Amino acid sequence: MEKTIEQKDLKFYWTMFSAVFTVCLFTFGGGFVIVPLLKKKFAEGLGWFEDDEIMDLVAIAQSTPGPVAINCSTLIGYRLAGVKGAFITVFAAMLPPLIIITAISFAYEAFRDNTIVRIVLRAMQAGIAAVIADVAYGMGANVFKGKKILPIIIMFAAFVAAFFIGINVAFIIICCGLIGLFTTLYMQKKGGGA
Amino acid sequence: MDFGVLLDLYVSFLQVGLFSLGGGFAALPLIEEQIITNREWLTQTEFNDILAISQMTPGPIAINASVFVGTRMAGIPGSIVATLGCVTAPVSISLIMVKLYTKYKSLALMQGVLSCLRPAVVALISVAGLNIFMTAIWDIAPRNLQNLDTAAFVGLFLFVASFFILRKFKLNPVLVMLFAGVTGLVLYFALGIEIV
Repeated sequence: MEKTIEQKDLKFYWTMFSAVFTVCLFTFGGGFVIVPLLKKKFAEGLGWFEDDEIMDLVAIAQSTPGPVAINCSTLIGYRLAGVKGAFITVFAAMLPPLIIITAISFAYEAFRDNTIVRIVLRAMQAGIAAVIADVAYGMGANVFKGKKILPIIIMFAAFVAAFFIGINVAFIIICCGLIGLFTTLYMQKKGGGA
Repeated sequence: MDFGVLLDLYVSFLQVGLFSLGGGFAALPLIEEQIITNREWLTQTEFNDILAISQMTPGPIAINASVFVGTRMAGIPGSIVATLGCVTAPVSISLIMVKLYTKYKSLALMQGVLSCLRPAVVALISVAGLNIFMTAIWDIAPRNLQNLDTAAFVGLFLFVASFFILRKFKLNPVLVMLFAGVTGLVLYFALGIEIV
């Protein structure tokens, strides 16, 4: 992020705007689908964020009220260019649904029942699942490479809680944050006492 | 222009934005309450159609509902006002959160919290991926191995092919998604494989 501070010209804002716009244009299915796209675009593509920071921002976005895509865009825009940046990225995130749903709302039955639309969207689901699988595989491997037991346990427990038990994801995030808080406090106390 | 309707839209969707925690379907009962129970802006059938459309189009369901209801009630100005209402609270609260994050990011305590949040996010991303994978395989319930049709195998093929392309060639994810969509069309129209 620091690298870009000197060069905040119109080109920078345009890149930021179009990157968020593209990501939101392809965030089908909502919520976490945005993460792999953000990671590919902002971390691997533009190099504006570290992977870890993307994860942090996603965790914050998920534990804040409102759609994840909107929250993520606010956080990314602010980290890149302050409040002004946040307004630009939120605008970019609002545009795709605003344009698409306004257009569809005038003829939504025709859209819903159109064969070509249904085929493309059905087939794209498999592509989206692959994109997420790719990113989740990379991130999961990193958690194992860290060779710490607590993050690995948390990863599996959170998966079970969300997938098999169906616990609200915001609640899961908050619980994991609390676990982090208390284990850190405990380690600090133990470290200080020793 | 009826400003009363616009104000109503803004206030209703402000509440939808403020109280939808947990994202996606967790927010549904609340959106339903605001636009069907409280206001009678949509019928249950129309609401179900929004759900179907939201599954098929990009964008968060809360925003999609705002745009749809806004357009219905007051045309394009309505859709803009409803969407702005929906994002007001999330954007404000996110700004406060990110200011705190920026300020305290390097604190040891904050690092401890974040080190436990990151693996949780990995898990939640996997769950999202798995759910979408299952939608790609099974169009209809029940989701079990006895209920696999041609479309399921096409979905599985597209998933494996896309995954391979991503890992092997590091292709842009958007291109991979489009590749899957176009392959679906080719399979249906050129080879006559029933996938919907």
